[in-house]
Amino acid sequence: MAFFLQMLVTGIVVGSVYALVALGFVLIYKSSDAINFAQGEFLLIGTYVCLTLVASYNVPFIAALLLALAFSALLGWSVEKVVLRPFIGKPVISMIMATIGLSSVLAGIVHIIWGHETRVYPPVFSEKPLQFGEVIIAPVYAWSFVIVMIWLMIFTLFFKYSRFGIAMRATADDQQAALSMGISVKTIFAIAWAIAAIVSAVGGVLLGNINGVNSSLSLIGLKVLPVAILGGLDSIPGAIIGGILIGIIESMTGGYLDPLVGGGLKEVIPFVILVIILMVKPYGLFGKKEIERV
Amino acid sequence: MVRNPFVMQCGEFHVDYRQDMAIWKIARVRWRIFMIVALFALFPMVATDYVVGLATLCGIAAIGAIGLNILTGFTGQISIGVGAFLGVGGYTSAILTTKLGLSFWVAFPLAGLTTALVGALFGIPSLRLKGLYLAIATLAAQVIILFVISRWDSLTGGTAGLVLNRPQIGSFTFMSETSYYYLMFVVLLITIVFSLNLFRTRVGRAFIAIRDRDIAAEVMGIDLFKYKVLAFFVSSFFVGIAGALLGHYTMIVSPELYSISVSIEYLAMILVGGLGSVFGSLYGAVFITLMPVVLRSVVDVLSGTFPGLEGVLVGMKEVVFGVVIILFLVYEPDGLNKIWSNIKNYFRLWPFSYTK
Repeated sequence: MAFFLQMLVTGIVVGSVYALVALGFVLIYKSSDAINFAQGEFLLIGTYVCLTLVASYNVPFIAALLLALAFSALLGWSVEKVVLRPFIGKPVISMIMATIGLSSVLAGIVHIIWGHETRVYPPVFSEKPLQFGEVIIAPVYAWSFVIVMIWLMIFTLFFKYSRFGIAMRATADDQQAALSMGISVKTIFAIAWAIAAIVSAVGGVLLGNINGVNSSLSLIGLKVLPVAILGGLDSIPGAIIGGILIGIIESMTGGYLDPLVGGGLKEVIPFVILVIILMVKPYGLFGKKEIERV
Repeated sequence: MVRNPFVMQCGEFHVDYRQDMAIWKIARVRWRIFMIVALFALFPMVATDYVVGLATLCGIAAIGAIGLNILTGFTGQISIGVGAFLGVGGYTSAILTTKLGLSFWVAFPLAGLTTALVGALFGIPSLRLKGLYLAIATLAAQVIILFVISRWDSLTGGTAGLVLNRPQIGSFTFMSETSYYYLMFVVLLITIVFSLNLFRTRVGRAFIAIRDRDIAAEVMGIDLFKYKVLAFFVSSFFVGIAGALLGHYTMIVSPELYSISVSIEYLAMILVGGLGSVFGSLYGAVFITLMPVVLRSVVDVLSGTFPGLEGVLVGMKEVVFGVVIILFLVYEPDGLNKIWSNIKNYFRLWPFSYTK
């Protein structure tokens, strides 16, 4: 039982990070109909910037995190303006290839600046594990969960009450109507990309604190796909629930099935689930079904 | 009288369907094509082994790219799983030749066929899924196939992979670069001729109709399920063939040779070359295959002046690759093929062209 709970807790924590990254992914899809294959690279750049500030310049962690987030916001904003703007309304394949090209460029820049070896954060959170009954939780996990929840709360409030949040929802609902109400759809797109970069950076910093930072961290960018599909590509609550579900399933698979097959299944299981969902319920748990006309 | 050697024709004037359907619309073009083919057939006589080897790699990539273009460029079904399908081809041939001791000439078509069947299997969801969703499903196919390959130790040799032999006829082994080039060349020619003709048949036209608007195509009486799965089948066949050729050329198959970055490279090939164009796939394959080689030699030249350049080569390759994709998408979405036809059109009545 203790093992089960341990796996459950790990799953929920990792899953909540997935949820956060998937939130950015879904936001981009909702606003500009683009699948962002560069999400993993946003995550990587965010965490590397934060790590460099903390490790090389001895900036306090919180300040470094905020600076990294500001940088990510700028990155997301300018990427949308420079790279993605020409592809609005273009065929799906152009959009996919544009973000793939973008991810290649960003990954290349990361490799040039930071190289390939794994780096670790200096200990930010205390090392002393927290004990809840039989379950032992490393503080970094607990803090990650808390931080993710705070961010999800911030975004819920942002979408519900802030001017830009409401404008974003309106744009996602109907671009033309939003335009005619005086909302600058271009600005909305740029904000969506900036937010996507910010949430990825937060996810990257948290995962970097858990596992260390190397370029394979950008694979999270692919893992976001099953999460978003499970929840429904255009549903923000879907992304959050999907993220936590995928995290739990992954952790359980890692705990119970991986010893049987000799490892590696953990990485694949989200994609197996993805295929099943696509076969059974292509629009996910909460996604909006598209109606097609000739 | 001085004739302009560049002038081909001043327009197209067809009086029957046969002329309109012809691949090479005028006789002189046909002769030009024969000459180009002959040049490529003769070129290993003068080129070094290194260049012939590169040409072989380009040709193999072109076979795979044509396969992918049949699916993505002509039928409009985006696939991010080509890497894994190449792997299925390579591994099938490897297992059949090394474990079962079959001859390459039996294993080679079987590799294509196996890949075609696997492709068709993963093509089944295409009836319900389109666009983005299908792309994601094929991405899942990539991950799952690669997992199976790297875990099925008893059959595939796990992460270590398998070692292959070069094909043989009687006592002759295709060991030299030149002999393998000719093997590739024949397969490539067959692939090109097949796919050029495919799109003059009912099946090919159905593919194009599905790409343009699948619901409209269905209304016109095209069985969507049949033709979409068929497109996956045909496309994966060529990808599998390319995978088998590549496996026997490099004489090794292992999971990391078929990663998702390979899938992306192939997508980049057809994109840079031109979606929905057989020759475009060829140009794109050559472009993308040679790009790292060219970059490498540029770095070699410049490393005297900028000493740190050698260390960042890998990163630079990725940056250049991404930038090329984005630039093509922005400035010439129809790819190299379009650029080439623009040049040809310009010279059609040069220097007194009346068309743009």
